[in-house]
Amino acid sequence: MSRGLVIGAFLTLVFVALACVSFLWVPYDIETLQIPNKLKTPNLNHWLGTDHFGRDILSMVMMGARTSIAVALLAVGIGMAIGVPLGLFSAARRGSFLDEIIMRGNDLIFAFPSLVIAILITAVFGASAVNAIVAIGIFNIPVFARLTRAVALPLWERDFVLSARVCGKSETRISVEHIFPNIMNLMIVQGTIQFSLGILAEASLSYIGLGAQPPTASWGRMLADAQTLVSIAPHVALVPGLAILLMVLGLNLMGDGLRDRFDPRIKKNRT
Amino acid sequence: MHKLLLLATVGAVALIAGGSTAQTNITVAIQLEPPNLDPTGGAAQAIDSVLYSNVFEGLTRFDGDGAVVPGVAKNWDISNDGTIYTFNLHSNVMFHDGTSMDAEDVKFSLDRARSDDSTNAQKGLFAGITDVTVVDSATVKVTLDQPNGSFLFNMAWGDAVIVAPESIENIASNPIGTGAFEFSDWVQGDRLELVRNDAYWGTHAALETATFRFISDPTAAFAAVMAEDVDVFVGFPAPENLPQFEADSRFQVLVGNTEGETILSTNNKMPPFDNLLVRKAVAHAIDRQAIIDGAMFGYGTPIGTHFAPHNPDYVDLLANSPFDPVRAKALLAEAGFPNGFTTTLKLPPPSYARRGGEIIASQLRQVGINAEISNLEWSQWLEEVFKAKDFGLSIVSHTEPMDIGIYANPEYYFQYDNADFQALMVELNATADPAGRTALLAEAQTIISEDYVNGYLFELAVATVAKAGVRGLWVNQPTAAVDLTVVSWAD
Repeated sequence: MSRGLVIGAFLTLVFVALACVSFLWVPYDIETLQIPNKLKTPNLNHWLGTDHFGRDILSMVMMGARTSIAVALLAVGIGMAIGVPLGLFSAARRGSFLDEIIMRGNDLIFAFPSLVIAILITAVFGASAVNAIVAIGIFNIPVFARLTRAVALPLWERDFVLSARVCGKSETRISVEHIFPNIMNLMIVQGTIQFSLGILAEASLSYIGLGAQPPTASWGRMLADAQTLVSIAPHVALVPGLAILLMVLGLNLMGDGLRDRFDPRIKKNRT
Repeated sequence: MHKLLLLATVGAVALIAGGSTAQTNITVAIQLEPPNLDPTGGAAQAIDSVLYSNVFEGLTRFDGDGAVVPGVAKNWDISNDGTIYTFNLHSNVMFHDGTSMDAEDVKFSLDRARSDDSTNAQKGLFAGITDVTVVDSATVKVTLDQPNGSFLFNMAWGDAVIVAPESIENIASNPIGTGAFEFSDWVQGDRLELVRNDAYWGTHAALETATFRFISDPTAAFAAVMAEDVDVFVGFPAPENLPQFEADSRFQVLVGNTEGETILSTNNKMPPFDNLLVRKAVAHAIDRQAIIDGAMFGYGTPIGTHFAPHNPDYVDLLANSPFDPVRAKALLAEAGFPNGFTTTLKLPPPSYARRGGEIIASQLRQVGINAEISNLEWSQWLEEVFKAKDFGLSIVSHTEPMDIGIYANPEYYFQYDNADFQALMVELNATADPAGRTALLAEAQTIISEDYVNGYLFELAVATVAKAGVRGLWVNQPTAAVDLTVVSWAD
C-alpha cells in the first residue's frame, strides 16, 4: 500500500470521524451565540478558539465537516446514480442514435463552467444546501457517464461478454451482471476524486453565501465571515481554511492511491 | 539631539515636497455607486452621498451637525400665520452650464417635485405647498395649505435641491447644479469625478478635484484604505477593523451618529405578527447589546423607538422592551404559540443586517421562534420585502432624517395601520410651535414603541476613515452626504 494512500485515508477518516461524532456530541452548542466570548485565541476551554460570535470553532469545524461531507456525498451520489447507467446504456448501444444523444448531451453540460452554473442555479432557486447538492450533482453526471462508457466499450469486445451473449442474455443483463462489476473499482476511484471536488464546490458556494444558510455551519461561510478578521484574529480564518485544505488533500491522496491499486490501465504501465 | 535630527529631516522632506503647498485633490470611497445622478428623481442614498451640497444646493441645507442653515436662499420671512414663506435668494448664483439661478428656477424645481407626475422619492416633503410665486428674480413666495413647522427642514433635503429647466433633461447622467463642485466624469462601475466650480457664488472649495470610488466589499475596503489607494472612506463597512486604523498614525478615524434607525422590520399584516402580543414577545426576546457588540463591534446606540437618540425630542423608551426571554416565552404562550412558530428573516447585504440577523435568529430560537434566514442582494430585497411585502422579519437601517412619518403610511412595507397615529402625524405637520411639536413627537414615539410595530435595535453609527491630513470632514451623517466644500488638506 502506498504512503499517499495511507495518509489520504487517515486524513479523510479523521474528518469523517469528526462529522460522525458531531451527531452525538459537540463541545459547545453552535446555535447559542456567546457574544462576550468572541474572538478568543485557542485555549484549554476552546481548543481552536472562538469566532466573532463567540462560537467554539472546533464545534463549528465538526458541524461544518458534516455539511461538507453530506453535500459532497449526495452530489457524487446523484452523479453516479444517473451517470453510470447512462454510460452503461451508451456503451451497450454504442454507435446508435441514442448513444449520440446521450454523449452530446454530456458534452453540452461539460461545456458550461460548472461553478458559474451552480451559482446560477442557487441564485435562481434560492440559496440552500439542497440546491447546492443538486447544482454540484448535475455536473457529476457527465463525468461518470463518459468514464463508464469509455471503460465499458472495450469490455464489450471481450470473450466473457461474447459467451454471455451466446447464452442469450439481454444487453441490460450483460451490463448489470458482467460489465458493471468490472468497472466498479474505477467508479470508486473517480468517486473519491469527485468527492474532493464536491467539497471544494460546496465551500466555494457557501463562501459566496449560496450554500447552506445559517445557522447550519459550513467551512466556506466560516472562511467568508473571517475575511475581515484575518489581521485581528488569524485563527478564525486559518482553521476553516486548513480544514478544507486537509480534507481535499486527503481525498486526493486517497484517490490517487486507489487508482494506482485498482486502475488496470495504470497497473499495466507499471509492470 | 534626536528631536533636532527629526526636525531637520522633516524640514528637508517638506522642502523636497515643494514647500507648503497643500494637496488639492482627494479620492473618496463610499460603499454604493449611485444608480443615476438625479437627486430629485431617484431614491438611492448614494446619489446624495456624491452630489449633496457638492453639486446641488437647495433653498436651505443641513450643516454637519444636522442644523438647517441657508442655502441659495439668503434669508426668508415667514408670515404671521405660518403659511407664507418669502425666500430672498442670493443674486449671483450660477448653474454650472452658465445660466443664472433665479426665482424662476426655484419655482420650476418646486412645481416639478410636487406635480402629479413627479418621480420624486420624497414627494411628501412638498405635499403642503399650494402655490409658488415669483415676486422678482431674487424673491420667491411659497404658500402652504397650513402651517408646517418642518418646512425649512424639508427644503434642506437632497430631494428638494434647485435644478434648472435648461438642463433637466439629462440630469440623470449630467447633473448641472449650483454647488462648489461641477460634475466632470462618471465611469460607471469605477469612479465619478468632480472639479472645482471657479464661478461659485459662495466660498470656493479648497480642493480642485475630487474622485469618488465605490467599494462595498469589507475586505476590499480594508485593503484600499490600508494601501492608501483612497484618501477617505465614508461609511467604512467593517467596524472590526477600526481599532487597527486608530492605532495607525497614518489615519484618523471619525465615528459619528447617523439618522439610521436600525430596526427588525416586522410585517404587521402577516400572521402571527398581526398579534400585538407576538410582536411584544419578539421585542423582549432581543438582546440589543449583544447585537451591537456582535454585529457592530460596539459601535451603535440602543433605541427603544423609531427616533434618533441625538435628537433633542428623543424619548428613551428602552424600558418598554428590555431583554427578557422568560417574559417573551410567556407572551408567546398567551398569544397562543406556546411552542413558538416559524417565520422568515430576509437580510440585505450590509454587515449590520447579515451579522445582526444571525444573532437575532439565535436569540429568537431561545424563545422558540424559528426564523429562517435568507440572504438577499439589495435589488432582491427591494423587490421581495419592500415592494411585494413578502417577508415575516427583516433588518434594515432607515437612514432618512426624522422619518417617523413612515408609520402613518399603511402601505409602507411593514404595513402598520393605526388611525390614531395617522391623525397624530397630521396634527404634527400642522404644528409650528416647538413645545407643541416636542409633545406630539413624544406621543408618536410612545405609540409605536408600545405597539411594538418593529423591533427597535440601535442607531447606526457611521465610521469615516481618512488620512491624517484631511480636515473638515463631517463626523456625523445628518443626511446622506459627503460634503467636500469645506474639506482641505493640512499643510
